[in-house]
Amino acid sequence: MSTHQHVSQSDRHRTPLMSVAGYAAMTVVVLVIAVPLFWILITSFKERQDIYVRPAQYWPSPATAENYRDTVTSIPFPAYFRNSLIITALLAAAKITLGVLSAYALSLLRFPGRNLVFLVVIAALMVPNQITVISNYALVAQLGWRNTFQGIVIPLAGVAFGTFLMRNQFLSLPHEIIEAARLDGAGPMKLLWRVVMPMSWPTLVAFSLITVVNEWNEYLWPFLMSDNEKTAPLQVGLTLLQNNEGGNNWGPVMAGTVLTVLPILILFLFLQRQMIKGLTAGAVKS
Amino acid sequence: MADTRRGRTVSGMESSTVGAPTVRTGPPPPVGPPPRRAGTDRREWLLAAALLLPNLLLLTLFVYRPLIDNFRLSFTDYNISSPTGANSVGTANYVEWLGRDDTRIILRNTIIFTFASVVISMVLGLALALLLDQKLRGRNVVRSLVFAPFVVSGAAIGVAFQFVFDPSFGLIRDLLARVGVTTPDFFQDSGWALFMVTTTYIWKNLGYTFVIYLAALQGRRIDLDEAAEIDGASPWTHFRRVLLPQLRPTTFFLSITVLLNSVQVFDLIYAQTRGGPVGTGTTTLVFQVYQETFVNMRAGYGATVATIMFLILLTITFIQVRVMDRGSKA
Repeated sequence: MSTHQHVSQSDRHRTPLMSVAGYAAMTVVVLVIAVPLFWILITSFKERQDIYVRPAQYWPSPATAENYRDTVTSIPFPAYFRNSLIITALLAAAKITLGVLSAYALSLLRFPGRNLVFLVVIAALMVPNQITVISNYALVAQLGWRNTFQGIVIPLAGVAFGTFLMRNQFLSLPHEIIEAARLDGAGPMKLLWRVVMPMSWPTLVAFSLITVVNEWNEYLWPFLMSDNEKTAPLQVGLTLLQNNEGGNNWGPVMAGTVLTVLPILILFLFLQRQMIKGLTAGAVKS
Repeated sequence: MADTRRGRTVSGMESSTVGAPTVRTGPPPPVGPPPRRAGTDRREWLLAAALLLPNLLLLTLFVYRPLIDNFRLSFTDYNISSPTGANSVGTANYVEWLGRDDTRIILRNTIIFTFASVVISMVLGLALALLLDQKLRGRNVVRSLVFAPFVVSGAAIGVAFQFVFDPSFGLIRDLLARVGVTTPDFFQDSGWALFMVTTTYIWKNLGYTFVIYLAALQGRRIDLDEAAEIDGASPWTHFRRVLLPQLRPTTFFLSITVLLNSVQVFDLIYAQTRGGPVGTGTTTLVFQVYQETFVNMRAGYGATVATIMFLILLTITFIQVRVMDRGSKA
């Protein structure tokens, strides 16, 4: 996360007491966030009988990978994983392409009714998924698209937020450079590829990352669309696993949870700065 | 950053753009005023239409069409498993909603869950942002840690936290037992179940309010801090009179986004409680839409609940915007 160059008031007048209070508060924060995560992780490595003991064990002894083996073999976890990859890749590709093209048209091309079209696009942000679900389900089911990838992907592929984000980015580019390229005879598409995009990579990366995270985590629509390992993504597979095992066999369920969140956490570990940029970009402009 | 100066006019790239028709550029325009002529305008218009059409089509088909269709369905006895026969029932669904016993419970659940999520995650998010804006060693690691749960899926958190809250062998039970406190029955008692899903959601979502507030704090005006310091303002006065007013737009933005997000929570509640215990213990409006449509097979009634929820959201957002407008003029 970015640390700006500023010295806040308390930095200069920090008494030892305030420092101690600061570190104490920070310790509490760490505990509240980390202990549940630690608990999930150790449970996934415990043997079954060690999960159901009082007082609880805070270190798996002996540690076992049995739960992970169970998860991967007893339910079609690899299939769910593959489905998640397919759905995320398709949706991310569609959303990034459509978002960039829409944003470009809405920022740097001139045509009548541009602001109205922009309004139509971002007003979609105000419509909660849950309201569109019933009618979309009926439509997609009629097409016979239940348990298909197109049934999951196409209804989710429209882009409102990404268009908004990329449009802001394109509008912030220096006007002179764009005019110079136009004078140079660059056509609109060449202008996009050669001039506008090269100056917009950081925002595009941020937009791509939050898209990937959102689509990986998407639940309601894939949950309604798919009920078997042909197309169901990890998140849906996880609650199916919970249906079968939950309560009396937490080990494999926790292992499944760890496997489900790990890809995103790894992505986050390396690219958190860009992810946060994407999230805060919408907030800074009011 | 890549070189973007003039002169990079390598051709042959246009045709590789994804799915969009391209417009050939004519010969280089003569030197002179910007080339905005009628011919270009029309071609630009066509290009814009081609670029926008796929997205507009998708949004129309899968956002605006169902929004209107949902309104229509709310006046029918539509059943999602038999798509042919939907009979008009007039306002019967709305009348039923007003008279039903569970309406009050579900509204109350929704209000408690949403209100607690908005207020607590914003207050804690701001407190954390203020804390981790200080020069403390290791603050970057803590910042990442606080934000991490936000990128994890609600379904996974819901599943995992079911075991964190497990009243027999969970983490909370063990910690409470060590200090001699009896664990409430998070799984059977409606009130405690609602407490459980709300707490879990706030835990997961805290990173969002925190990061947005932190970004706003880092963009604040240092000269005002210095002025307050010269005036000898106490930390509390400084916070009240200098920081909070500057954070106003952020607070407004968060109050809307967190409200919209928390009203729409489905995955976490489904994974953690399936809307129970005792039928409606943690059922919110969104969950009821799912329950009526896909479990009770009453899509018409589900559409009614969805419409009512949408109208409530619109009204609240409208009020928030009005309040903000008035506040900024004062």
